[in-house]
Amino acid sequence: MIDTIVPTPLDVAETVEPVTQRDPKMTARDVHVFYGDKEAIKGVDIDIHDDKVTAFIGPSGCGKSTFLRCLNRMNDTIPTARVTGDIELDGENINSSKMDVVQLRARVGMVFQKPNPFPKSIYENVAYGPRIHGLAQSKTELEAIVEKSLHRAGLWDEVKDRMEDSGTALSGGQQQRLCIARAIAVDPEVILMDEPCSALDPIATAKIEELIHALRGRYAIAIVTHNMQQAARVSQRTAFFHLGEIVEYGKTSEIFTNPREQRTQDYITGRYG
Amino acid sequence: MAPTGGHTIKAFDDDLDRLRALISEMGGLAEYSIRESLRCLVERDNEGARRVVEDDRKLDALEIETERRAVQLIALRAPMASDLRDVVAALKISSVVERIGDYAKNIAKRVPLLHEISNIEPLSLLPEMARIATEMVHDVLTAFVERDAAAALEVIDRDRKVDDFYNSIFRTLLTYMMENPHNIGQSTHLLFVAKNVERVGDHATNIAEMVYYAATGDYLGDRPRGDDPLATTR
Repeated sequence: MIDTIVPTPLDVAETVEPVTQRDPKMTARDVHVFYGDKEAIKGVDIDIHDDKVTAFIGPSGCGKSTFLRCLNRMNDTIPTARVTGDIELDGENINSSKMDVVQLRARVGMVFQKPNPFPKSIYENVAYGPRIHGLAQSKTELEAIVEKSLHRAGLWDEVKDRMEDSGTALSGGQQQRLCIARAIAVDPEVILMDEPCSALDPIATAKIEELIHALRGRYAIAIVTHNMQQAARVSQRTAFFHLGEIVEYGKTSEIFTNPREQRTQDYITGRYG
Repeated sequence: MAPTGGHTIKAFDDDLDRLRALISEMGGLAEYSIRESLRCLVERDNEGARRVVEDDRKLDALEIETERRAVQLIALRAPMASDLRDVVAALKISSVVERIGDYAKNIAKRVPLLHEISNIEPLSLLPEMARIATEMVHDVLTAFVERDAAAALEVIDRDRKVDDFYNSIFRTLLTYMMENPHNIGQSTHLLFVAKNVERVGDHATNIAEMVYYAATGDYLGDRPRGDDPLATTR
């Protein structure tokens, strides 16, 4: 039942490109987002691949989080927000009326900046999703899902003897991994992370980054981060957002050693603004 | 791609400037040592040659200082993109310039060994050859400081002249040696000196490739070189 995941070193995966490129997991074409009259995203095109971690970087207010939230329709929760353009998950338009939003958010999970476990037991935090989505037929099956999810989130060994403790009693880094376990438990295809480490100390951050490596290949991952070193460490593709547009999108190794656009160069070398 | 302005953190610019200044200082010292060693050779200045050998220690110390600062800058500033390429280039260039200094030392060490060479013709060619080679070093390091890829390419083109000089000197010395076996010892020393100067040109070319990469982010492909000096020995 328990999968052991061997993290793939970034360089190995980067140097050996697949001969045939798989279809992207998610595609966005000409996406615009308006908050009232203000246009926050001005025509973004991007492909997100399921075997790669995609990082979104850019200065505050550049639209990277807004765009990330388009990918599982989190912007629906903001009354003034309006999204146009085409976003597809496995070729299906996620904004179509046929798309079940609850189902979409199970397929495209999200981890937020501040760890937000439910004020319930550790077990319940993880079991809640699979239970309401009817993923387990029995208590044993549900327990297995909880254990597997906590394993994959690298938290099992730390919590296996205290499953009934409140999720909020964990440390910040543990809480964040619990949130990742919660996202994994409903067997998503894509995981979106919005600055998942910005509230964590360096050790907890390193554990999350290691986790991202380990999860890669099993889930398509898109991460928004302010920390460029983090983007460089965890991702294989990086998109640089500026003023609501993608200025440059490419291999992380290229973006951080030899960016093609002046604005990217200035931002990542610390000359912006 | 070159950066547009200064860093938000001014001290970062100061660190990079200091690194470039160190490279310039090393380059100046190496150029001087090469030219000085040739002058000592021509003017039979054993005392001057001894000073060239001694001065090489300064270059070694500067190389260590450059390396120390580059490592520190990587650790403390986490440079990216053109900054990272600049720092890596500075590290590599400093070790190449140190090597050029070693050639100067090598030439200077031969000065006391050469007693009776005043009538050998290549001796008059060597200073001119060294002038071209040291100018290449000078110009390529200026190109590094100014992030000028075009100037680096121009330096590479000049290596052909140095190679031509070497081939010419090689053939002349061969003739001397064939004419009179008594000349073999002195001629061999001079041949080594010429070879050292020829290597200075090669190193300037290597530096030019590093400068080109640092400035543009692209590697120079295999460009046609001047005549292969080895071709004449076959």
